[in-house]
This record gives sequence, C-alpha cells and structure tokens, in this order.
Amino acid sequence: MAEIGTDRWVDEVERRRSESGALGRLGQILSRRWLAVFVVVALVYPFVVGGDFGIRVGVNALLLALLALGLNVVVGYAGLLDLGYVAYYGLGAYGYAFLSSDQFGIHAPTLLVVAIVAIVVFLVGALLGQPARRLVGDYLAILTLFFLQAFIELALNLDRLQLPFVDGPLSITGGPNGISGVSPMEILGFRLGQVRDYYFLLLVLVVAVAVGLGNLERSRTGIAWRAIREDTLAAEQMTIPTGALKVIAYATGATIAAVSGTIFAAVQLGVFPQNFTVALLIVVYAALILGGEGSIAGAVLGALIIAMVPELLRTPTGARFLFYGGLFVGSVALLRPWRRLAWVAGGVMAVGVVAKVIVMTLWPAVAAGEGGGLFDRWLIRFDPSAVTLVNVLFVVMIVLVLAAIALRAPWRRDPLIVLAAYTLVLVWENRLVETPSITRQLLFGALLVVLMAVRPYGLLGRRRVEVV
Amino acid sequence: MEFLLQQVVNGLTLGSVYALIALGYSMVYGILKLLNFAHGDVYMVGAFAGYAVLVGLGGPADPRVPLAVLFLLMFLAAMLVSGALGVAIERFAYRPLRNAPRIAPLISAIGVSFFLQNAALLVLGARFRTYGTAKMIDPGTGLHWGPLRISLVRIIVIVSAVLLMVALQVLVKRTRLGKAMRATAIDREAATMMGIDVDTIIIVTFFIGSVLAGAAGVMVGLVFSRVYHFMGFVAGLKGFTAAVIGGIGSIPGAMLGGLFIGFAESFSAAYISSTFQNLIVFLILIAFMLIRPWGLLGTPELVKV
Repeated sequence: MAEIGTDRWVDEVERRRSESGALGRLGQILSRRWLAVFVVVALVYPFVVGGDFGIRVGVNALLLALLALGLNVVVGYAGLLDLGYVAYYGLGAYGYAFLSSDQFGIHAPTLLVVAIVAIVVFLVGALLGQPARRLVGDYLAILTLFFLQAFIELALNLDRLQLPFVDGPLSITGGPNGISGVSPMEILGFRLGQVRDYYFLLLVLVVAVAVGLGNLERSRTGIAWRAIREDTLAAEQMTIPTGALKVIAYATGATIAAVSGTIFAAVQLGVFPQNFTVALLIVVYAALILGGEGSIAGAVLGALIIAMVPELLRTPTGARFLFYGGLFVGSVALLRPWRRLAWVAGGVMAVGVVAKVIVMTLWPAVAAGEGGGLFDRWLIRFDPSAVTLVNVLFVVMIVLVLAAIALRAPWRRDPLIVLAAYTLVLVWENRLVETPSITRQLLFGALLVVLMAVRPYGLLGRRRVEVV
Repeated sequence: MEFLLQQVVNGLTLGSVYALIALGYSMVYGILKLLNFAHGDVYMVGAFAGYAVLVGLGGPADPRVPLAVLFLLMFLAAMLVSGALGVAIERFAYRPLRNAPRIAPLISAIGVSFFLQNAALLVLGARFRTYGTAKMIDPGTGLHWGPLRISLVRIIVIVSAVLLMVALQVLVKRTRLGKAMRATAIDREAATMMGIDVDTIIIVTFFIGSVLAGAAGVMVGLVFSRVYHFMGFVAGLKGFTAAVIGGIGSIPGAMLGGLFIGFAESFSAAYISSTFQNLIVFLILIAFMLIRPWGLLGTPELVKV
C-alpha cells in the first residue's frame, strides 16, 4: 500500500530507480536492516577508536541522534515547526542538575530523577504545545523560538532572585555560570563513571527509541500524525482529533529531548546556559533534514554525519580531506561532460600559477615564505599580517560562487567557476582551516540552504507530492 | 516627570528602529507569505557597512568630510549594501523554493541567518565596534524644552525614520509600483494575469525592506554606539514581534507595532526590571499570538479550501 503523502506513480519510479544496480541493491539491504548494521557498527566503534576523545565524539553523535529522533516526531510526523525544541533539552538537563547536585542538596536516585523529569517535561510540553492547536506554520515556529529565548533568559537571570519571605538573593539556575558538580548517573546500583558507560547507555536508548518510534509510525497515532502533516483540514474531516494529536506529538518530542538532556547533564557533570542556544537548534535541524524528515533511519544517519564529519575539521589533514573530497565529488557531479571538468580543472591550475607569480613579484609582503608541499607552486600562502586581505577574499569568494550559480550560459559560467574555485581553495587554506569552529557553523548554514534547494527531502526521506 | 519623559524619548527612538525592521518583515510576509529569518542579519550587515564608511572617512574623532555629508554617506552605504544583500538572499535562498513546501524556505532562511552571522564573525571578529557618536556630536546639544531633553542624535534618528516611513507610504499608496506591490500581496496569481511582473515586484520588495533594515542598523549604531556580529538576532526577533503585533502584512501596523515594542521595552526596563526586559517583550508577543494573532491592524485570515 502506498504511504500517506506519496504518490503511487512516484513511488513506483523511485523504487525501480533505487533498486537498480549493485549500489542500489546494497542500499536496499541497508535500508531494510539499517538498525542491525547501525548497532554492529556502533558496538565496534569504541574499540576501534580507543581513546577517550573518540568515545566522547561518539557520545555527542548518539545524543544528537536521540535529539533528531525526538524532533522527527514533531517536525517529521506532525509537521509542526518547533524552533523551541532545544529548550526542552535544556529543561531536562537543568531538571537532572536540580535533583542530583549540591545546588539544592538533593541527590535522588537516577531512575527516579529521569522519570520525574520525563513526566514534568511531558506536562510542560503539553501545556506549551496548546498554541499548536490554533497556530499554523510560521506563527508556531516563531512562538516556539520565543519559548527558547525565554528559557535562555530565565536560565541566565534566575541566579539572584529576590523572593518575599526569603533572606538574600536566591540562586536557582546559577546564572551564566550554570550548575557544576552534577553527580554522574547510577542505575540499579551500577555507577556510570566513565564516558564509555554513557556511550552504551545512549546506544541502548537510541535503539529503544528508534524501535519504539518505528512501531508508533505504523500505529493509528502515527498514521494520523502524517495525515495531519499532509492536510490538517482533511484529517479533521476524517474525525481525527487533530488538536490533541498535535499536542501529543509536541509533548512526545519534548520528552525525548528532556531525557537526552538528563544524560547530557550527567556526561558533562554540569549544565550551562550556553549549551542550549540556537546554534544547537540549527545542528539538530541540519541532522534531521540531511537525513530526511519523517524517516527514523534518516534522523539517525543525519545525526551521525553531522556529528562526525565536522570532527575532521579539527586537524588540518582531516579538514583538507573533507574539503578536497567535497570539491572533487561536487565537480564530478556538476561538471559534465568530462571535457568540461578537465578544462575547468586546468583553468584553476593556470589561474593559480599566474596569480602566484603576479603576487610574488608585485606584492611580496603579503605572502608568507615558501613551504615544502604539493601546492606551493600554485597556492599563495598569505602572511598572518594580511588577514584583512583574506577576509576581503572571503567576501569576494561568496560573490563569485553565487555569480557562478546564477549564470546559466556555459561560456560565461565556466570562467567564473574557475575563479570561484581558486578563491575558494585560497580562502580555505588561508583562513577557514584555522578557525574550525566558525567554519563548521558556516558549513551548517550553507548546508541547510543548499539542501532545501537541491534535495529538500534529505538523504533517506521520501519525495512528497504536494496536495494542491 | 523628567524620568518619564526620558523614557518616552527612549521608547520613541527604539520604537522607530524596530518599526523600520518590522516593515521589512511585514512587506515580505505580505507578498510571499514567507518569514524572512535572515532579515535581522541584513540589519547587522547594514550597521557594519555604516561603520566601514565611518572608519574609511577618518573615524569619529576627525572625519575628513563635514558631519552631515558623513552621516548621509553612512546611511547611503548601509542602505545600498543591505539592499543588495536582501536581493541576493531572495535570489539564491528563496527563489529556487518558490513552489516548495512551506517549511522549506523557512529552514533555508534559518540557514542564511546562521551563515551570515558566522561570516560576520569570521571577517569582523567577535568584539564590539563602537560608532563613537559622542566624539562627533556633543551629547549635550539638542532640544532642551523644560524638563524634556532630546539629544541631537536621537532627533536625527527619529526624523530620518519618520521620513523613510513617509516615503514608503507614498511609494506604496501613490505610485504604479506600489499599486503593483499591493496587488501582488493580495493575490499573486491574479496579479500575474494582470500583467504584473511578480518576480520583479518580489525583488523590489526585498530591496526596499532590506534598505530600511540597513538604515535601522546605522541608527542603532549612532544611538547605542555598539555593533557586533550577533546583534541581528534579537533585534530581528523584536522587529518580527513588532510586525506581528501591528498585524503582519500591514505597513501602518508595522510602524505602530514598532512603537509599541519600543515603549514596552523602555518602560519595562525603567519601571519593572532591566534584567527581564527581553523576557517581557517575549511575553507580550506570546500573549498577542494567543489572543489576537492577526495583530492590531491586521484582519483575520480566512482559510479557503
């Protein structure tokens, strides 16, 4: 039977297309048995990477996967654009910190804490989700974004509260300094003291949530959610209680976020307001959308990619691998036929050599000394004092890339692509490699825009047919 | 009394800036039904463009041109850069998504906003820049009228904001272009059939909205003397709040909403609590969203099936 919100004809074509060829068949196996493949890979991972840092990256990836799974319920199934999602992650983390640290001197058993947090946040989500009954689309998005802002403001400012009948200022959230000294989790007498323990705990949780959501997806509730997403009015006519189901979706997503928040607080042994900003929201959305909203496997895959790949940026070698790999794949995919690719690549080389000669003779002050390496005949390495020049080049690069996208005629486009590619390499080698944290954010921002334009349904999402 | 009047002046200054930002949101929403999240960052870029002109012409201590010319050039540069940026954003982030599901342009807008913030962080660094207005104009000069004191900078800001809004109103109500914009806002398809080039109208709308945001950026720089890469986010949120409170899609509504937010903010900072000033603005918005989502001057939207 055809899935809700898809077209049978499109489905057929998609299926035939995806099953053809060896790669397609591999994809088929992966998509049917993805959870088993994921579990095996995830179990092997900590023994392969060994070090504590690698496991920490794994923990972050699994946390992101859990967050993406929760967001998938809200955005992917029910179609509610929730920009306050990260606030519930924060609520969970703060909730755990309140109940198991010296902040209020409470150290409750972990399972009890998590249960309390989950129930409370579910209720809070159900309360704050009420507007979803009436508001649609953008209005809900902005309202929830304000929830997030309100949460951050509260977390930052509830540290010197003057209450009647209480002596002195009362600190609830610890303000900008947050709460540190949160105790680690202790489940059934087993103390989770190491990052490795949390890795396996998260793995179990991700699998449990994925399986649970898989069942939910096929249940009456899941089908009703997707019906609401596709056409709320029609769903209401089918006697689906749209308002209540929207609120349930919203609160379910919030609860999943809150539970991941408790683990986050325990791994980090503290909570700080700056952990729960819009930057994290963007990362979760990027993960969900890259994977394909509405797809459980997609949410997990997207989260793993988004969490792991930027780690490559930390070392210059990894960053180079990522950048030139991306450039190579991009140019092979976009510059067809091969002749054109060859001519563009040759053009970039020529431009590089000429530019290097010109700069070295006319303006030697901006270039740093020669180093040994593959690129050195071709790539200008700027002196650290010429950082303004590189910043200007960064802006020029953006303009060139956009111009190359805008122009259609190949005889005007190809020279621009050559220039754009060269400045891109120049800026990357001279500036972006040195600022991995900013580069990562820039890439996420660009990824969202490009994905929306090229493949809005993500890697594993299904192409939807708009109901007109 | 004096304190109260000071808050009124404060509210008026803040309000005119928010109104200018709100206009951009409102116009774009009116025509495309699209929430342009990147609008706040366009305003940030405008503020930096004005700053670049200021520094390029000798800095606040000894500018190379007369002050009036300097201010004019700063405004012009900010407006042109912002306008061009707005058009570019429309062309590359929104136009490919004209027929996509409604969630797509919104996510694309978030991406653009994030990209712009981090590009500014990369190019300009995280530190605050100051316009140093006090060095150009003595803060003492201005209107002294009994207990009322308005500094010259604030007068410049309020007057230029009013001028821009009047110009916009004339443009929208009295010219053929404005008529085409209003027609496109009411019904895009019908406007196309009447021979209106909708794509051009959309570009013009983005340009005008972004120009106003750029001007607002310079104004904030002049009055509050602080510009930084993240300033667009909260200002954008407040501008959007102003647009919603006034009634999104309505131009006089955006102005009214801007003033409302400006007054709410300056009075709550003065009389309630400055720590929770932002929170109070957010609470007002949440209340409005729940009680009267179509705003003060808007009309409730009918859903046609």
